[in-house]
Parts: sequence; C-alpha cells; structure tokens
Amino acid sequence: MSRPEEISPPEIFYGDVEASKYTANSRIKSIQSQMTQRALELLALPEDDTAFVLDIGCGSGLSGELLDEAGHVWVGVDIAPSMLEVALEREVEGDLFLHDIGQGFGFRPGTFDGAISISVIQWLLNADSASHSPPQRLNRFFTTLHSALKNPSRAIFQFYPNSDDQVQMIVTAAQRAGFGGGLVVDYPNSKKARKMYLCLMVGQQEIPKALDGTTDGMEVDGQGLGMEKRREEIRNERKRRKDAAGGGKKGKRGKTEVDAKEWILKKKDLYRARGKEGVPRDSKYTARKRKTYF
Amino acid sequence: MVRLITHNMLACHVKNCTKDNFPLVFSEVELVIRPAPENLEFIQRFLPKLDWTALVDTARSLGDTSLPETMPDQITEDQLKALHHVLMEMHIEEGNMTCRNCGHVYPISNGIPNMLLAEHEVGR
Repeated sequence: MSRPEEISPPEIFYGDVEASKYTANSRIKSIQSQMTQRALELLALPEDDTAFVLDIGCGSGLSGELLDEAGHVWVGVDIAPSMLEVALEREVEGDLFLHDIGQGFGFRPGTFDGAISISVIQWLLNADSASHSPPQRLNRFFTTLHSALKNPSRAIFQFYPNSDDQVQMIVTAAQRAGFGGGLVVDYPNSKKARKMYLCLMVGQQEIPKALDGTTDGMEVDGQGLGMEKRREEIRNERKRRKDAAGGGKKGKRGKTEVDAKEWILKKKDLYRARGKEGVPRDSKYTARKRKTYF
Repeated sequence: MVRLITHNMLACHVKNCTKDNFPLVFSEVELVIRPAPENLEFIQRFLPKLDWTALVDTARSLGDTSLPETMPDQITEDQLKALHHVLMEMHIEEGNMTCRNCGHVYPISNGIPNMLLAEHEVGR
C-alpha cells in the first residue's frame, strides 16, 4: 500500500469520503487507540489530575475520545475540515480548530500540560505548495509548540518516517527549538508492530523506555540527546589517545597502538547507533586481511 | 465549540503581530450554553494560567457579569462555580474573532474557528 502522504495534501486526502471511511474502519480505530494509549503512557501526566492537553492533528477525534475518557480537557487542531466535521458529529468534548500546524500556534506561553500527536508530523515533510519549505515549517511548528507548553512537560509524537533522513530532520528541528528528549522505538525488531515515538521534553527529564515484547530486554534508541553524549564520549576518547601518544615522539601520533579490529568494531557500533542501514554483522572474519591475488 | 478557556489562551499568530495581539475580540457571536460536569479542582489549578482581565472583559462582552472586576485573593466556591460556567459551559458556535493589533479576522463557523493564514501572514 502506498503512503497517504505521497498521494495528496492532507486537507484533500482526508476529504468527505476518506474521513468517514477512516472513522468507520474498526482496524484503524483499534490501532489509533492503541497508539494513543501508548502516547498517553509516555506523556506521563500526573495521575487523577485533569490536565489541559493539545491534540495535534486530532482528525475525527479518535484520540480525543481517549483523552475524554482519561478525564482531560483538550484542544484539537487539524487541517482537514471533513475530519473535523466527523469529529463534530461524534460529539467529542474538546475544542476543535482548523489549523495548519506548519504555520505555528498562537497559544500563549505555558498553556498546555502536554501534547500528543498520532501519525501526523510526517505530513510536515511534504512541500504541498511552492511556498512550503519543510525545514522552515518544522522549525516554526516546534518553536511555537515549545513556547505553548509549560515547564516541565512533554510532547509525544507517533509518526511514520519514510527514511532515516526524515527522522534526522525532525529530531534536529525539535532540538533546535529547545526540546530535549529523543526517539523511543517500540518493538524495534518487528516489522509490523514497530512504532516510532518522538518524546520531546521541556525542561530536564529522562527518556522513557521502549517496549520490546520481552519483559526485560528493553532498548532505547537514543537518537536524541543520547547520540550527542555518545559523540562527546568518542571525541574525548580520541583526545585521550592523542594525549597518551603525544608523550613519546611527536611525529608518530600513536598510529600503531590502535588495533585494526577494535577500530572497525567501534566504527560499526557507531554506525549502528546512528541507525545507518546495511552495517555488516560482526563475525570471526571481521577485519581480517584479504588474500592477495595476482 | 470555542470555550472561553481556550479563547483565554489564544493570541493572534500572524507574522510580526506580537504586541497587543491578545485577547481576540468576538463579534457577531452566536452563544450556546452546554452544561458540563463540574471539576472545580481543575479550575482552581488553572487559575494562575488565566489572564483575568481578558477573561472578564470577554465574558462581559458576551453578556455574563458574574465575575468580579479583579481577581479575588481568596476565591470562594460560588466564584469557582461561576468561573466553571464561564470557562467550560459557554460555547461560541458562530461569529468572528478579530485581532486588535493587525485586524486579522478568524471566522468561526459551526463551532470551528478557521485559524489558517494566508501565505504572506505566516511567520518564519
């Protein structure tokens, strides 16, 4: 199945027909509600307290219904009028806005206790008109969202990226806007159940753990700040090595000290941590010299 | 379905419109009162976020005078109930919201305000 964001802009794709289809489909419904549940879990709002939550790309209010059930007061924004109409028919509790999130929000600073967004921000990466520039729209979106959230609070985005480049682009834009946090990938080894959540935080907080299917084998794909730390470590490591080598003769720069295999393994680890595709497995053949043929 | 709780948080987001862009002024309003379950604790916690003057002005322009001019230091339960009515039960179904600074009009139809901007109004 091709991806909806490759077909047409969101306000056209989710027209009357698609909007009612979307909301009537029980499979979509159950997936959406599962993801919303998980997003709410990651959002970690204080229990038993009513919070003021922003639902970005609320659509027909499938996620809003769960927010209602949890007793939160919410505001939903979406760009597709047909979807909002369906939401009105379904009589959800929240306030609905027709809004292009790429144009930024006008909410006063510190308004919301949290924000969720289910399968939306990948749409921001499309340039649907000549004047749209995805980096600019992402930037505007994240900066205005950052100021609309109170400190401390979280924003959870579930999304379907097309490639690693897209993930990188979104994460950098969020970091530039001042958010902390990073990616949480649930069930990273399953093709079907794999879900990406971007957990953004205002203020100092820790990234939540990802689900893995097993009880204890949790894995966090620390693309965000974790990555930054890692890079720092590597830089330090390199510096330390240089310093140690610099004790002897200056001309050699400690080239011989590093084992070739170690170096290759470290590089491969680094690539894996960065999420690069097609990094070869480690085996007993790793870093072996090839036979010389003539 | 614009409730005043949301309206009190909403400023104009047109490019370079940063001063005096709050609150948006209602006009040609069609008001609907829908009872909502009371959650006074939430209202109490929400108090510091509210802009009291803007709220009272807006409520008066919509014909509700139950709120005092200045924010009371010790809020009573009756005042909380009045606040609940103003914030959560008053819905604007039709009308316009106008920015006092740049004059941009956000039309509300069927309870949904249209916040879309024209290309030249989008901030960077």
